[in-house]
Amino acid sequence: MKIKAIAFNTFKEAIRDRILYLLLFFAAVCIVFSRILALLTVGNKVKIIKDVGLASLSFFGVLMAILMGTGLVYKEIDKKTICTLLSKPVRRYQFILGKFFGLILTLFIMLSLMSLVFLGVVFFHTFSIPWEIMISVAFIFLEMCLITSVAILFSCFSTPILSSIFSLSFYLIGHFSWSLETILKKMKPGVGKTLVQILYTFLPDLENFNFKTEVVHHLSIPPQSYFYSTAYGIFYTGFVLLIAILIFKKRDFV
Amino acid sequence: METALKIADLHKSFQTGFIPKKKKILKGITLEVGKGEIFGYLGPNGAGKTTTLKCILGLIHPDKGEIEVWDHPYFSLKAKEKTGYLPENPYFYDYLTASEFLDFYSQLCPNLKPHNFKKINTLLKIVGLEEASHLQLRKFSRGMLQRVGLAQAILNDPSLVLLDEPLGGLDPIGRKEIRDIILRFKEEGKTVFLCSHIIQDIEMICDKVAILGNGQIINQGKLQDLISEKIQFTEVALSGVSPKELEELGEIYSIHRGRIFLKVFEEEKKRKIIQLVQSRKGTLHSLTPRTETLEDLFVGMVKQT
Ligand SMILES: Nc1ncnc2c1ncn2[C@@H]1O[C@H](COP(=O)(O)OP(=O)(O)OP(=O)(O)O)[C@@H](O)[C@H]1O
Ligand SMILES: [Mg+2]
Repeated sequence: MKIKAIAFNTFKEAIRDRILYLLLFFAAVCIVFSRILALLTVGNKVKIIKDVGLASLSFFGVLMAILMGTGLVYKEIDKKTICTLLSKPVRRYQFILGKFFGLILTLFIMLSLMSLVFLGVVFFHTFSIPWEIMISVAFIFLEMCLITSVAILFSCFSTPILSSIFSLSFYLIGHFSWSLETILKKMKPGVGKTLVQILYTFLPDLENFNFKTEVVHHLSIPPQSYFYSTAYGIFYTGFVLLIAILIFKKRDFV
Repeated sequence: METALKIADLHKSFQTGFIPKKKKILKGITLEVGKGEIFGYLGPNGAGKTTTLKCILGLIHPDKGEIEVWDHPYFSLKAKEKTGYLPENPYFYDYLTASEFLDFYSQLCPNLKPHNFKKINTLLKIVGLEEASHLQLRKFSRGMLQRVGLAQAILNDPSLVLLDEPLGGLDPIGRKEIRDIILRFKEEGKTVFLCSHIIQDIEMICDKVAILGNGQIINQGKLQDLISEKIQFTEVALSGVSPKELEELGEIYSIHRGRIFLKVFEEEKKRKIIQLVQSRKGTLHSLTPRTETLEDLFVGMVKQT
């Protein structure tokens, strides 16, 4: 109940942010641009539209998650609205969860709008709607949830600009950490290998949420990999939120 | 007597600077606020009044010490359900209207029904904002925000109200209105803990006061016990007599537009002054006996530390 109230208030605040609409506009431009790009190339034009479209969805979605997530919690602390809010019978974890779900709701709506544009563009080209593509979009959403929790975590103790840089680094590391796996395979057993192994276990692997290639090229996806990726997303998000709550609990709001 | 708020040996320090250095703000605060009192918490700027309040609310973690609100530990939800808080320089979500804002906060209080706009309108009426209930908070003036702050503080009908500078930034009429509202809280049986550095306000409405200086309570007690009713001196304003002749009789502290103002400490000298004025055909403008005020006490004590 309290979490819900905080979430809806966060939502109300978030959808007033102009940055969101600016990003939405750019995402739409990129998606429409993919069609122009397709006209200029030889080969499979639909594939190019889908590739560029999904990439834009993922890129702008994550950007929204970072900018919203780092801004909103910080603003509440900075403007001291948190002081009166926490003077009500509200626990600090309820505040964090409220913020999180409010942001998730906002991002869900934004992603849906972007997908609508995307599906529209594809429809104009093929006169059919490729529903299987929504699988990939769903995992983009899961990735956005994780990034949001990371953004909230950083904004519990640092400024929006720093938090954005940290979250962006998290995103980039997350997309390149799979290369450690290749390195691991080539390494000889020993201390070095164990260290890289530990690093690899704790670093995020955001490629788990990337089903773009499979979906675009109609490759078959083993069902257990859906399950694995979903569980990975939910547990990682929960874990990050837990750390955020623990840090938030320790804070003084002066 | 029931105690509304009990603070025992409260300590708090902040880390400051690039190389962290501890700065002690509260150095062992002990006080008790009884049920139904208006308790004035007085101290100069930077004494630690706001810090104490934030400790009571659990917004700041104390280093040491105990705080109980109606015998519940300060961080418990039970304690919070029974307290209301008005921050200094209140600022709220500026995109909400006054009634939307109060509705949002009622959803955070388990004993309130959400979307109870009838109750919200009554509240807004109490603080004198019934006209502005559908105005966005960004369009509110400083004084109006203060009033919304007061409305949210009493939203869930708390029995202990913590007010941080409730009269700051208000015009004289506004101050009077808010003072009356605070006095009404007392009539309703609420306990009020009021932080301020404006002595006249405290003097007018508080039953008990504690004076904070340098992180410690310098003095506390009932207002009438702290200040004596004894006449300290008489202020005399007169004209038509040369200042030279008065030097012996009292302490001249101002001469303005031909009027001489002086403090007279003895009854005998006062009589002599009156005779002098008569014999010189001068004018006696006023004779005002002064008792000790809270201000004198406050200034004296804060200077000592
Ligand atoms: N986050 C902080 N870090 C370091 N010092 C702080 C911090 N917050 C407050 N202080 C210091 O604590 C002291 C007490 O501050 P506080 O706000 O409690 O004073 P106050 O009594 O409310 O004053 P005022 O009448 O001006 O409101 C001040 O000297 C202030 O500099
Ligand atoms: Mg203060």
